[in-house]
Amino acid sequence: MTIERRTVLKGMLGTTALIAAPAVLRAQGAPFKIGLLTVKTGPLAQGGIQMEQGIAAFLKEKNGTLGGRKIELIVADTGGNPAGAKTKAQEVVERDNVNVILGPLAAFELLAITDYVREKQTPLISLAAAEDVTQRKANPFVIRPSATSAQTCHVMGDYAAKDMKYKRAATISEDFAFGYEQMAGFQRAFEDNGGKVVKKLWPPLVTPDYTPYIAQIGNVDCVFNGFAGSNPVKFMRAYADLGVKSKVPLLAGWTAMDDALLRSLGDEAVGVLSAAWYSADFESPSNKRFVAAMQKDYNVLPGGYSAGMYVAGQCVEAAIAKLGSKADDRKALADELHNVSLIDTPRGPVKFDKYGNVIGDVFIRKCERKDGKLVNTVIKRYPNVSQFWTYDETAFLAAPVYARDVPPAKNLE
Amino acid sequence: MNLWLTLAVNSIALGGLLFLLSAGFSLIFGLMRIPNLMHGSFFMLGAYFGVTFLDRGMNFWLAAIASGFAMALIGAMVERFFLKRLSGQELPQVLLTLGFSFIIADLCLLIWTGDPWQPTTPAHLRGAVQAAGMFFPIYRLVIVGVAVVIAIALWLMVDWTRLGAMIRAGVDDAPIARMVGIKVSQLFTLIFALGAALAAFGGVMGAPYLSVYPGLDAEMLPLALIVVILGGTGSLLGALVGSFLIGFLYNFGQALFPDLAYVILFLPMVLVLVLRPQGLFGKVVP
Repeated sequence: MTIERRTVLKGMLGTTALIAAPAVLRAQGAPFKIGLLTVKTGPLAQGGIQMEQGIAAFLKEKNGTLGGRKIELIVADTGGNPAGAKTKAQEVVERDNVNVILGPLAAFELLAITDYVREKQTPLISLAAAEDVTQRKANPFVIRPSATSAQTCHVMGDYAAKDMKYKRAATISEDFAFGYEQMAGFQRAFEDNGGKVVKKLWPPLVTPDYTPYIAQIGNVDCVFNGFAGSNPVKFMRAYADLGVKSKVPLLAGWTAMDDALLRSLGDEAVGVLSAAWYSADFESPSNKRFVAAMQKDYNVLPGGYSAGMYVAGQCVEAAIAKLGSKADDRKALADELHNVSLIDTPRGPVKFDKYGNVIGDVFIRKCERKDGKLVNTVIKRYPNVSQFWTYDETAFLAAPVYARDVPPAKNLE
Repeated sequence: MNLWLTLAVNSIALGGLLFLLSAGFSLIFGLMRIPNLMHGSFFMLGAYFGVTFLDRGMNFWLAAIASGFAMALIGAMVERFFLKRLSGQELPQVLLTLGFSFIIADLCLLIWTGDPWQPTTPAHLRGAVQAAGMFFPIYRLVIVGVAVVIAIALWLMVDWTRLGAMIRAGVDDAPIARMVGIKVSQLFTLIFALGAALAAFGGVMGAPYLSVYPGLDAEMLPLALIVVILGGTGSLLGALVGSFLIGFLYNFGQALFPDLAYVILFLPMVLVLVLRPQGLFGKVVP
């Protein structure tokens, strides 16, 4: 296993861009360093590799220069565990002296280093969804351009109740915090609009066969699933094979129907509705460039992990451009990142609330087969969705964080 | 009612797949006393081979058999060139197989990327049986059929052929078997290759519903261990009974006691280890 992987952009992009840059810029001295904490080995590597591709695609588009500063990207492989994330965070901060950290991938990795980046005053831009990182335990050095766990699920709950007119729902997700928070968000919005969540199922993270869970679903109008990683592939095949899909429509969170996952899926995914903060199908100028670049360089349809890193790169660019020579001041950079407001990103307009979490669009998509390929077609767009959805911010934060039984499910049968 | 019927049929289906996985593990452990920690890797690598063959348009059964052969070759080489040098040294063998499992996992990630692969179920095995308002995929029933055929073939081989007699002699007492002229060392290579091939074949059979992804190896290995500890090492009947027991425990356990989902498989294993350490069908090894 690799102990350390460093990608210096000079090597990656060829030297032409640097030679062509005006002498003034080169004279400006030390490059602006971005440390990427990602996962390149082990079971979580799929998302980690996509993250690296996303930021690499962005930097390539910008010729390795953001806001007039030459960028050096330092990639560290955390191995997908908290201890590894901590070690690598220390490495990029103390040895490489990075200006900003992008990543890590998983919530438990992020939680392992939030106190550390606060102590070291190093800004961090993460895609990990743990709610409290931008809520009750908000950290002035952390911003999140993706979404909290429940941010897209509130929308799905609302859509399922109001637009689809579903009355009874079952939820199924992995038995861990990301699953709890997603299902809680769905349940809250769905029940506030007249629906009832009558069954909540929690298979362990490692479940070879979902049949015993699918068999318990019972009499409902829809099933909302929040699986992540490779689990949705297994789950959806079993759901279709057991004949449930033809009777009970399936709804999904963003990780369960991520665009990058589509090439691993087959007919079992057709018709599945999902709520996501990014869609490869979205027609913004930057998204068209981004999707084309990803297809050209890596021959993949990008999903949330890649797009999130592209947006993270845009945030860094905007902050550097604003701060100019003060961009090396890490505290100023962290503050400025909170003020970033972008019109054109692959996910639409992006701004941040005072807790560092994104306010952005959420898409409802329907999976379809077009020209033989699966695509998630956007059927509805909810603009400027906050992590608090339509709820009052103060009351939201006064209540305990979403969990397995919070808010309590009162309609279980 | 439907729930219980679905669970019962699915228990048998999962049992069939587990048998394909653990039969080889049991034979290897019984004969060579090697807890082969790369068995999960054989399953995963075999599945990756299978999906690659399928991707090239190969027939499903051909792909499964070809993957088995490829893995037999790899297994034989690992045994010949590495494990043989460590014969009789249990700890180094464990470390070697564990090390290989890491290497295989990283190689797979490199070659097949982190994306999950899920081949479509072969066309002639698609569809579902519908009975009493319940759907059950035909493909899973086919796996049971295949497992039963392989179980019978293995049983015939072990109980009725000269090779089988040699294997049994080796399992019972390797030094004596050597003394009467059985080339136990060649037998080791053969059994290791056979075990690898069975795991790979199982991997391809499982791919359409388990899918193949990084980490599959580490998910399957404990299942093989549990089955073999429950059934008894070196006993094919033990592996068969153990597989179906685990199949039922898994399905009904997850449905009836969802809060115990994590321990449900290990409880009977602990019981067996305490009450009958050699496993349900294992022999006491002197």
